[in-house]
Amino acid sequence: MPDLGKYATEVLLAYGVSIGLLVVIVALSMRRARKVRAQLDQVEARKGPRK
Amino acid sequence: MSIWEYANPKKFIATTTPWVPVLLWGSIAILVVGLVWGFFFTPDDFRQGSTVKIFYVHVPSALMAINAWFMMLVASLIWLIRRHHVSALAARAAAPIGVVMTLIALFTGAVWGQPMWGTWWAWDPRLTSFLILFLFYLGYIALWEAIEDPDTAADLTSVLCIVGSVFAVLSRYAVNFWNQGLHQPASLSLDKEENVADVFWYPALVCIAGFVLLFIALVLMRTATEIRARRIRALEARMRS
Amino acid sequence: MIALLRRDLALAVRAGGGFGLGLAFFLIVVVLVPFGVGPEAEVLSRIAPGILWVAALLAALLSLDRIFALDFEDGSLPLLATSPLPLEGVALVKGVAHWITTGLPLTLAAPALGFLLNMAPGAYVWMLASLALGTPALSMIGAFGAAITVGLKRGGLLMSLLVLPLYVPTLIFGAEAVRRGADGLSATTPLMMLAGITLGCFALLPFAASAALRVNLR
Repeated sequence: MPDLGKYATEVLLAYGVSIGLLVVIVALSMRRARKVRAQLDQVEARKGPRK
Repeated sequence: MSIWEYANPKKFIATTTPWVPVLLWGSIAILVVGLVWGFFFTPDDFRQGSTVKIFYVHVPSALMAINAWFMMLVASLIWLIRRHHVSALAARAAAPIGVVMTLIALFTGAVWGQPMWGTWWAWDPRLTSFLILFLFYLGYIALWEAIEDPDTAADLTSVLCIVGSVFAVLSRYAVNFWNQGLHQPASLSLDKEENVADVFWYPALVCIAGFVLLFIALVLMRTATEIRARRIRALEARMRS
Repeated sequence: MIALLRRDLALAVRAGGGFGLGLAFFLIVVVLVPFGVGPEAEVLSRIAPGILWVAALLAALLSLDRIFALDFEDGSLPLLATSPLPLEGVALVKGVAHWITTGLPLTLAAPALGFLLNMAPGAYVWMLASLALGTPALSMIGAFGAAITVGLKRGGLLMSLLVLPLYVPTLIFGAEAVRRGADGLSATTPLMMLAGITLGCFALLPFAASAALRVNLR
């Protein structure tokens, strides 16, 4: 851990929140991607036998 | 073989799917390297102390916040001119990422401003323009959400994006003009090109590369998601009829 | 075009609502401000130009969704679209009509409300000039926002979100002109910029608005 001096809180806060926000957008994108893909598979499967 | 081949949704998905994890993990790896480098292995600035490390997040996110809007503008133009659905969906996919980038830039800026300027928020031209950019993103996303018919939504958001771009640039200059009359001490200067030593510059470059790659990976992934979501809609509509 | 303008004006006057409501809203906002910030004359006179501009902007925003919504609902908008008059012209006329029914009265009422806020004596001329130059831009930008949201059921709130960021440059130059005028500085530059924005809006936004209308009428 480097010595951050008197601004430790600020620096850590900035890094923490930024990385947190990035993780949130990545996680949300991945979750939605997975959900939509599963849903599409389901719909395609339903469509298949009827044809 | 031209770039327009990728405007075919199927082809787009087939081509990008193998690349998304590569880009995503690659960008994360680069980000980790850049941020660790910046956080642990760079000296403090003699004037700003350790807060200089905030810039390794602040600068790339600010850059991407603007570039994301620019990418949306280009995608909107392509949609309006050549009517490729992938293009419209890519613009839609990029907007939330732009919002996050703007938020990061604003937040890290505020956190840096608190010890340096003595205030969380100053109505500095750059800060103000970013706030306005944030509002533009919100309006753009809200319009996408509000319109039922996908083609209508794509058309209207594209028009909004173009008009919004003009006004965003206009606001940038207006804001510059507006704050001239108010206080602007030298310590408020945000000019990063000046006296940035190589020690700070190289890790910052790595971070910028990481942010760019992350943005590309996310846009590709989200665009594929939007394409699939639209296919679901189309299939369900066909089954119902 | 003249006929359409006359029709819109007649409708606005006869319907009554939009015409007076905007003005009343303007008055109320201005009256509310001293309750919020306190009655010190010095403070009020400092913020008067900004308050008047923001209030005028909100008052103009109130009546925006009427620009196209009424015509869209009763089906006269498709008729206008198929008339020999190009849709760009329709959008332009609608913007002008909106300005005459809201922007112009607001401009004329602003100096009177300036007294309530103890505005600096030198600022009145600039207030009139900046509003006269700036409110047409507000109307035209508003017509664009109304054109985009005309097909939506609950478009009003969304339109505010879309239109307000577009108002930023106009507001900045307008209020800045008055502030400089009040301080006895030269207000020419912001006024020129304001006029530039207005002219630019009138030159370009009818095309964007009519493009949006065409999409919505499809």
